[in-house]
Amino acid sequence: MPQVPQKSDSFKEREYKIIDDAINQDYKYGFVSDIEQDIIPPGLNEDVIRLISSKKDEPDWLLEWRLKSYRNWKKMVEPTWAKISYPPIDFQAISYYAAPKEKKKLGSLDEVDPELLDTYNKLGIPLDEQKLLSNVAVDAVFDSVSVATTFKEELAKHGVIFMPFSEAVQKYPELVKKYLGMSVPPADNFYSALNSAVFSDGSFVYIPKGVRCPMELSTYFRINASQTGQFERTLIVAEEGSHVSYLEGCTAPMRDENQLHAAVVELIAHKDANIKYSTVQNWYPGDKEGKGGIYNFVTKRGLCRGANSKISWTQIETGSAITWKYPSVILKGDNSIGEFYSVAMTNNYQQADTGSKMIHIGKNTKSTIISKGISAGRSQNTYRGGVKIMKSAENARNFSQCDSILIGDKCGAHTFPYIDVRNPSALMEHEATTSNIGDDQLFYCNQRGISTEDAVSMIVNGFCKEVFANLPMEFAVEAHKLMEISLEGSVG
Amino acid sequence: MLEIKNLHASVESKEILKGIDLTIKAGEMHTIMGLNGSGKSTLANIIAGSEVYKITKGTVLYNNKDLLDLSPEERALQGIFLSFQYPAVIPGVNNTYFIKAALNAKRKYQGEAELDAMDFMVLIKEKLKMVGMDESYLRRSVNDGFSGGEKKRNEILQMITLEPTLAILDETDSGLDIDALKIIANGVNNYRKKDNAFLVITHYQRLLNYIEPDVIHVMIDGKIVKTGGKELALTLEEKGYQWLTDEATVEL
Ligand SMILES: Nc1ncnc2c1ncn2[C@@H]1O[C@H](COP(=O)(O)OP(=O)(O)O)[C@@H](O)[C@H]1O
Ligand SMILES: [Mg+2]
Repeated sequence: MPQVPQKSDSFKEREYKIIDDAINQDYKYGFVSDIEQDIIPPGLNEDVIRLISSKKDEPDWLLEWRLKSYRNWKKMVEPTWAKISYPPIDFQAISYYAAPKEKKKLGSLDEVDPELLDTYNKLGIPLDEQKLLSNVAVDAVFDSVSVATTFKEELAKHGVIFMPFSEAVQKYPELVKKYLGMSVPPADNFYSALNSAVFSDGSFVYIPKGVRCPMELSTYFRINASQTGQFERTLIVAEEGSHVSYLEGCTAPMRDENQLHAAVVELIAHKDANIKYSTVQNWYPGDKEGKGGIYNFVTKRGLCRGANSKISWTQIETGSAITWKYPSVILKGDNSIGEFYSVAMTNNYQQADTGSKMIHIGKNTKSTIISKGISAGRSQNTYRGGVKIMKSAENARNFSQCDSILIGDKCGAHTFPYIDVRNPSALMEHEATTSNIGDDQLFYCNQRGISTEDAVSMIVNGFCKEVFANLPMEFAVEAHKLMEISLEGSVG
Repeated sequence: MLEIKNLHASVESKEILKGIDLTIKAGEMHTIMGLNGSGKSTLANIIAGSEVYKITKGTVLYNNKDLLDLSPEERALQGIFLSFQYPAVIPGVNNTYFIKAALNAKRKYQGEAELDAMDFMVLIKEKLKMVGMDESYLRRSVNDGFSGGEKKRNEILQMITLEPTLAILDETDSGLDIDALKIIANGVNNYRKKDNAFLVITHYQRLLNYIEPDVIHVMIDGKIVKTGGKELALTLEEKGYQWLTDEATVEL
């Protein structure tokens, strides 16, 4: 959230308003001006949900939806099948609604944590953006904001809706109502049920019939990422014949005090539609001793609803203390295609249990899973994937490839592929490898004058190449650098 | 340039090098011959800084300084190059990118400006021609899917690009057809200069039809048992290694 205008400074006030409008914030509904009123004490019950819903001025159906989700959640138990361990979460100790924190505004970059700046520089983030990210006053309307404004106009011209979820609830309630919960029913799992009860905000995207979204939906994101909240909810609908590429995440590390994140992302692709969803996740992983860090329990699922539709997930996961995440595709339409390309990198005491599920229902449906796990330090990295071919899925195909690489001998890599084939015409291919970064490879690089640190980063980037190739251009460059940063201190 | 004295080395408490003495001066080309398993690669790897072997005795000086103190990358940056008998494969890492990283690491170390992509391409294309490789190699991953001969050419390509002071070629000639052998020998001969040196390891005589070493050593069971000139190679061709083994045993 941009800074709250200081009453004494009308120039700054104007400036913030420009920024605020440009990035299309939705935190305008009275709660920034009156902070006292906007923090609900810790604990979760129906009254809390009612309060959340009323603060957001939501329609009754949505409140009912939240309450129903909550009642389901109460009956559910936290899943324990993942290969992760953490102290029990006290769900009554969490505050489920808080206006974005007002951070102390800094006068210049000199006051910012040098370590954070160092990372920004390594990522090549422009100075003005660095200032915004680290809450330093900005002197001018900087590039990204004006770019964002231009983008907004361009999107409107094509009829593309791209706005905060809560704004969409106000402006397009029928669309939201029609699609909310279609890919991820509230009772799908413990965390999706919790999210459905208390979700804070997120994004809503609607691409009308036949429209090819004229740009990657990303630009707001680095700026917005600091405000997405703990229980993010995203819904993307691509109408018949439309195309969209959506970039989630923020390559700049955010210091977030919320330990538990439970997001839900739903994608719906109609006939001939194409959705490409790319994520870079580098939330705070905790310190070298494994203290702190984000618990990231996400449910992401796409529904290829119409024939010939395609949904493609690409993820680069380097952050969070715990990652529990299985972006999936339900291949309902005939000839539909689901893809999952993933790099999951863990270091120190991080734990990741991630993978994908592909559920084939329609005829001639195809899915591809390419997963690259990199474990260093004392981390644990698990690939868990499911491919299900239903009886109706004549001539379904799946190709899965899960490779793991280990750096050092104190980390672990695990692979759990589940395959359930109910139609004999299915063609399944599965490949899996686990290797160490070879001493011979390192020695070879060293012998050519390349330092061990550079060699590891080179080898790991080479290992991830197939996945990086699926990232949009400018993102791929950042992903490279991100890997380098995450690998720091993993050797030697 | 290189001075090895009474070098003993072992792996998993098995002694492999049993007292090597070897002195190589600038401008010289030495050859080590010997049967498989005699310890030739072990010696090459130790000079390059491999940490697989434990040095139990002896000294190695490079340009009059203790070589064993230096990390493998420091040795490389100071001009030691090893053409590996079995070069490592690095999937997904582009060959051009790799060689450029190596060259720029060295240039940086020497206080020279790093080459940008354009300048490097001009340079590498010229070097490629010298070893008879086509440009498709530049787009492939480092040694990934390379045939034995292609790997060896790739090593020589790196040698002539990195311009080492001391080049160690470990069986670079094995697995090459005669044309490739000529090309590689040519690359080596063109690179012979008065201020650099070669240590060429081989167990075939045929390479010596194309290059002319100043000194030939014969290694058996971790020791240099015979040192001589070109004529030694001819004797070996004639008599094999057996007479030396007998001699060595007698000496014991
Ligand atoms: N890393 C290693 N571990 C165990 N034994 C080794 C290792 N490297 C070499 N040796 C052994 O040392 C001896 C010499 O090997 P090597 O130096 O490769 O010989 P050459 O290159 O002359 O054929 C052989 O008996 C070989 O098995
Ligand atoms: Mg050998």
